This record gives sequence, structure tokens and C-alpha cells, in this order.
Amino acid sequence: MAAISREEVAHLARLSRLAVTDKELDTFAGQLDVILQAVARVGEVAAADIPPTSHSVPLTNVLRDDVVIPCLSPQDVLAGAPDPQDGRFRVPRILEEEA
Amino acid sequence: MSTMTVSYEDATARYEPVIGLETHVELGTRTKMFCGCPTEFGAEPNTHVCPVCLGLPGSLPVANRAAIEATIRIGLALNCTIASWCRFARKNYFYPDMPKNFQISQYDEPLCVDGWLDVLIDGQTVRVGIERVHLEEDTGKTLHLGGATGRIHGATESLVDYNRAGIPLVEIVTKPVPGTGARAPQVARAYVTELREVVRSLGVSDVRMEQGSMRCDVNTSLNRPGEPWGTRTETKNVNSLRSVERAVRSEILRQAALLDEGGRIVQETRHFHEDTGDTRPGRSKETATDYRYFPEPDLVPLAPDPAWVATLRAALPESPRARRDRLQAAWGLSDHDMQSVLNAGALALIETTVAAGTTPEAARKWWLGELSRVANETAADLGTLATPSQVAELQKLIDDGKLTDKLARTVLEGVVSGEGSPAEVMAARGLEVVSDTGALGAAVDEAIAANPDVAAKVRDGKVAAAGVIVGAVMKATRGQADAKTVRELVLARLTG
Repeated sequence: MAAISREEVAHLARLSRLAVTDKELDTFAGQLDVILQAVARVGEVAAADIPPTSHSVPLTNVLRDDVVIPCLSPQDVLAGAPDPQDGRFRVPRILEEEA
Repeated sequence: MSTMTVSYEDATARYEPVIGLETHVELGTRTKMFCGCPTEFGAEPNTHVCPVCLGLPGSLPVANRAAIEATIRIGLALNCTIASWCRFARKNYFYPDMPKNFQISQYDEPLCVDGWLDVLIDGQTVRVGIERVHLEEDTGKTLHLGGATGRIHGATESLVDYNRAGIPLVEIVTKPVPGTGARAPQVARAYVTELREVVRSLGVSDVRMEQGSMRCDVNTSLNRPGEPWGTRTETKNVNSLRSVERAVRSEILRQAALLDEGGRIVQETRHFHEDTGDTRPGRSKETATDYRYFPEPDLVPLAPDPAWVATLRAALPESPRARRDRLQAAWGLSDHDMQSVLNAGALALIETTVAAGTTPEAARKWWLGELSRVANETAADLGTLATPSQVAELQKLIDDGKLTDKLARTVLEGVVSGEGSPAEVMAARGLEVVSDTGALGAAVDEAIAANPDVAAKVRDGKVAAAGVIVGAVMKATRGQADAKTVRELVLARLTG
């Protein structure tokens, strides 16, 4: 039994806005399956009394004071933007054409 | 789409509404949630941004202590339990209002849980349960180009400003509120009103709905009595207290009509339209929500120290409700009179006027009478017309006998139109009561001389006839004499 189905890979690709061909779906589904099964082996040794690890260092409450620090210059902000207008980032069409 | 219409009375007789509210409050911290960029409104686009809020590679967020404190204080004010340990989570979605392609939020471990807020409806208390209060970051603003009317529909491209991205945003979610029947719209509005008061009293946000620093989503479902709750819809874009009430009412009517003809309610996001007062479906593409939340690896967990929470709790201000109850008792107002004060938005104004030495009765009379009338006529904010100290000064001039009630109203007109303090307006317009008994006595003598017949009647005991002479004196002094004093002077001369 595969840990991830071809349909699930297609769904994730859609959520990530990745164009994936049918052939690539087969490839990625197979590769992701191997990865997931390897990770699943951790579950075999994880006892019920051990909470899942989300952070590798035992730190809590790292907070900063509410003090303003200088922002980037407008030139720096838009330096990597392909086609800014009026100080704003231009992005492609957000919604696909309505069917 | 239903073509039938039902009356609101019929709808709420046949169906029981269940409502729920999600309210977002933008915190008034100086800096953003996870970086030191300023939060001021109205800056040039993309001038309040840095590598963290632009999501540039290698940048790391650090949580703002003031925002955490503000959220805990909101939670405490809403009678919540504060988590002893919780984490931020990534909410993944593909939309350019966040440059990272995710929003840092909280998912299954909110900072505050399980509280309540009481609201008063027609003298009855309705307890609204609070499911959770959590902290997240606001998104950037998009401008849509190429389509009609700047809407996202039909737009060919969009321009993005990330100044707002990363501003701390608190989300307050109620538990479902069943059992309010036809009053559901009122309860929804009263809840948001009270929540706004609570947040404002804490001083953590300016909670201006019209400016978007407080935003509300309203969930509504209907079920027949005795049956399980129905499918709910979520109405967004509800940007005023009045709209909260209208949106619930409109959803109740729409759903009832649909259910009446055997239709099915679709779980969907709808948008409230201020102009028509109805709700319409939102973007259908948005329905495929799969946010793939996971704990934010770049932020360490929060574990609020109980001593810290206790300190914050001890420093909470008096609750708006306790303050209202205290003032109502101190001023000796009925529930109805108190409601008038609240509806007029005059509570703080009257409180300050009373603190300046005016009696509660007089303070209330001016703010709810003359000033509220002008506020309504000119659609002005009551507090911009006059200051509590001006009202207190005006009343003192009356108490000192320098103004009659009628003259005071004229003086107040001058104050409202910016002519100066009550004393200045009185002096400039020559409105002071003629209290110099010499001058007044002369006016009385003249009036008696001018009306010998009437004077004779009064001398013969027909005291009521004195009114004619009093009227003549008032006319001669252009209303600037105290009628009671004039009457005493007239009678003293004719019957004494």
C-alpha cells in the first residue's frame, strides 16, 4: 500500500501552483512514497509518551521589544521585482478565467 | 436561487438561527508582529517593509512582546484561559497578499481559549461563549488592474503593497450561539459592540470598523426546532455594527426561503453588500481551502509564565459593563435612560462633564438634548461639537443666574459654531441675564406705566393678569431677564 496516492500528489501540485505532467506525477508519487515510508519508520520507535518534535532546541518565549527599526529603502525593496508600478509589486492575474 | 420571499417573523417562527462570529482586531503596537517595521497607517507603498515581512530568504521572525501581552489581556478580559504552552503555525496558501506564500497564525494551539462575554438585549443578559483568541499577522493590500471597478474578477494583473503585511492581528472566535431566535441579529450586533468596548477599554487597538482595524465575519445557520443545526454560511465584508445586524437578518431570510422550497444550504463564503443589504456568494475558486497547517519552525513555542499572566490580570481596567453599571447607579438612571446615553455615545462625555462639577441631570440634558440634536442634524460626532468643560461652564453660568435656560441654548449654538467658550459667547453676543435690579426695576416701572388697565386689575387681586406686564418686561429686555424675578418685582410693586 503506497503512503501517498497519485491523486494526492496531483492535489498538492495544484495547491502549490506547480505544473506537473502525467509522467512526472508517476515519478513524484513513487519518490514521495519512498520518502514517506522512510519517515514512517520513526513512528515505529516513537512511544506514546514522546510528543512530536517541532523544534530542535528547547527554547520558549523568544520575544523582542516593540521598538521600530529602519526599513529597507524603496529601491532595495523593489530591486528584485520584475515590473513594479507606483512603488508596488506587479503580480500576474490571480484568478483564472471563469469557465 | 430562491424566488420566494418570507417575512422575518415567519422565518424565525419556523426556523431557529444559530450564529457565530469571527472578529479580527488589528493591534495598535508600534511595530509589526514579527519584525521592527512601523505599523502607521497611510505610508507610501512598500516603505514599511523589511526582509522579514517580505519573506526574503534567510530572514527570521521574532515575536513582538507587546502584541503577545495585548492578546493575553484581550483573552483575560474575555474570561478565557491562557495557554501555558502554544505554538504559531504556518497557514499555507497561494495568494500574493502574503509574500511568503503562507501566513503565520495559530491553529490548534491558540493563546487564549474558552471564555465568554455577556451582552445585554432588552434588559436580558445573553452569554456569548468565546471559543478562542489567537494571534496572527495581517496581509498586504492588493490593487486589481484591467478589470471593471477594480475587482479581482476579470483583473489581468494586480499591484501589491506589503506595508500592512505582518501587522499583528488578533482573531476572536465565538462558540456557536443558539437559542436567540428572532433576536439573533440584535445579539450579533450587541456582541460586536460590546467586544469593541472591551478592546477599546484595554487600549490595545483603535477598533475602527470603518478603517478596517476591526473586521467581522458572521456565520449563520438555520434549523427547524428539535432538529440538528443546519449548514452554516460565512458572511465576510461586514464593516459596521449596523451591517452585522443586517447581514444576519438577510442570511436568515435567504436561507429560510431556500429551505421552504426544499432547497439545500451550501457551506460557502458570502459577501455582504452594504448598498443592497444582502449577501452574495464569494469566489467559488476559493472553496478549495487546504491550508496544510504545520508548526512554524522559525518561531519557538510560547509558554506564558503564570506570574506574567497574573500581573497582566491584576492590571486589567474596569470592564465596560462594570463601568456602565457603576455610572448608571451613581447617576440614578433607569435602564431606558441609560440606553439613551449609550445610544448617543455620550457616556464618557457625560462622565467627564460631571467630573467638571455639573450635576448628572444637567450634563445628560445638554448632551442628549441640544447637542445630540445638532449631531444628528449635521451627522457630526457628538464629541466634536463641544467639550465636557464647555458644557460644565455653560451650566455653571445658569446656576450662577447669568444665563437662563433659553439664553444658554443660544450661547451653546455659538460654542458649537466655534465662537469660543460659553462665557466668551455670552459676552460677545450680549446674552447675559439682566440681573441689575436697578435696570430691571426701571423696565418694570415702564411696563406698569404702559399698561395702566392691567396694573389696576392686578391691584384689585387679579394676580394672573400680571403675566401681561411680565411679558412686556421680557420683551423690553429681549428675553435676557429671569421671568420669575420679573414676576416677583411686578407683584411687589402692585400688591406689596
